[in-house]
Amino acid sequence: MNEKPEKLIDKKGCRLDGRKADELRPIKIEVGILSNADGSAYIEQGKNKILAAAFGPREMHPKHLAQPDRMVLRCRYHMAPFSVEERKSPAPSRREIELSKVIRESLEPSLFLEYYPRTGVDVFIEVLQADGGTRCAAITAASLAVADAGIPMRDLVVACAAGKVDDTVVLDLFDTEDKAGCADVPVALMPNLNAVTLLQMDGILAPEEFEKAVNLAIDGCRKIYGLQKEALKTKYMLLKEGEEVEEE
Amino acid sequence: MSSLITRVRMKQIEQLIEKASRLDGRGLGDYREIKVEQGVIEKAEGSARVLLGKTEVLVGVKIENGTPFPDTPNDGVLTVNAELVPLASPTFEPGPPDENSIELARIVDRGIRESKAIDTEKLCIEPGKKVFVVFVDVYVLNHDGNLIDASALAAVSALVNTKMPNYEVKDGEVVIKQGYTPLPIKSHPITVTLGKINNKLIVDPWLEEEQVMDSRISMAFNDEGNICAIQKGGSGYFTQQQILEAMKLAQEKAAELRKKMDW
Repeated sequence: MNEKPEKLIDKKGCRLDGRKADELRPIKIEVGILSNADGSAYIEQGKNKILAAAFGPREMHPKHLAQPDRMVLRCRYHMAPFSVEERKSPAPSRREIELSKVIRESLEPSLFLEYYPRTGVDVFIEVLQADGGTRCAAITAASLAVADAGIPMRDLVVACAAGKVDDTVVLDLFDTEDKAGCADVPVALMPNLNAVTLLQMDGILAPEEFEKAVNLAIDGCRKIYGLQKEALKTKYMLLKEGEEVEEE
Repeated sequence: MSSLITRVRMKQIEQLIEKASRLDGRGLGDYREIKVEQGVIEKAEGSARVLLGKTEVLVGVKIENGTPFPDTPNDGVLTVNAELVPLASPTFEPGPPDENSIELARIVDRGIRESKAIDTEKLCIEPGKKVFVVFVDVYVLNHDGNLIDASALAAVSALVNTKMPNYEVKDGEVVIKQGYTPLPIKSHPITVTLGKINNKLIVDPWLEEEQVMDSRISMAFNDEGNICAIQKGGSGYFTQQQILEAMKLAQEKAAELRKKMDW
């Protein structure tokens, strides 16, 4: 069990992992890394390691869940048993069920669901290693997987959290800050439509602090969006040059 | 949680909201009539029934001995569960909790937990070994929309009404004595849910409005008026501007509700 640290931010304004308050963790994103999925993405954000895959549009199973006027999006957020300090049971927890729901609702506004009636798209997210802010990193990756599957979208969805540790509003909390901090505000954004598709909060924040946190999180989203676009382009640039990329 | 609604009806709701009114005659910022009744279940340590318009939620609190979580050895345990009882709506089905009831339970849980409503340190019997576990069971008896606010209100009302058994520790065993003391309560979170229809925010959406709205946002406020939990729901979005607008409106409504409660 980790001891709770005394101070999360030192006198110079540096956080435990050496970041400034408005600094993101190092992020690495790759698109199209699973050959069996229609679309896939992998993200590393700090120590977070998350895989996302999209299948579809395809026939719905079970069939009675199909909708006559639109496509149905299903999401499953799942953590590997070895992804956290103490082994997590592989059975879906209540937390995972809630996160699957809010992640689905954060992606839905970005899709033209009415284009593919009676079909379904499945998005599977596997958290291989968790280090705080997994739902946000998962959304960033999941949206790329859907884009990689060639499903028409209004915009990409990108997510980032802000929060409060030691009376300071900071960006992109990692595990220790998340657990020992005062508040956590995950936000998902469609950057071109300026639309927030996920917003949650726990902890205690004064209204002014909340406003500040939301703004900071949105700034963070926009920074990650750059990396997200870059990752998507990288795959298709390679394809264009005739290089062999994924399958075959 | 959707059932059928005709397109005519949907359009009617949207058009009225454009004109800042609603099918049931309320303004956009009005709650339905709220009734709170405490201590309705004698066998529970605490209970409350809330009527929010026709939405009806019963919350029972049970207190038992248990073991603390290893990372919080000195704190009692709070467990919130929600049941969408099949008799409450034609869309509720028997069986294990689905994502809607899990989300509802977790929103209610977050409001109580993050506002530190229960003084969990006072629920410790023997550090690391024995603590009291507070079970908050939300029972939805009639679904007419906005289960979140009704459940959150009923949960806090039930906790305020909860009596803990007096006890003493004899040879490592907990012996229950005569009499009761009230559950130590530090804060009274109030949750306000807003729906978004045609880019307008409405307070306390009822069933038919829930089927028209594209997203909702629930915010919990503690006694000091600070925010302690938020959950956006539904497959729509909010702009940055709308989030701040929602926060101000919810804060105002929470303060209004607080005045009505005799906690």
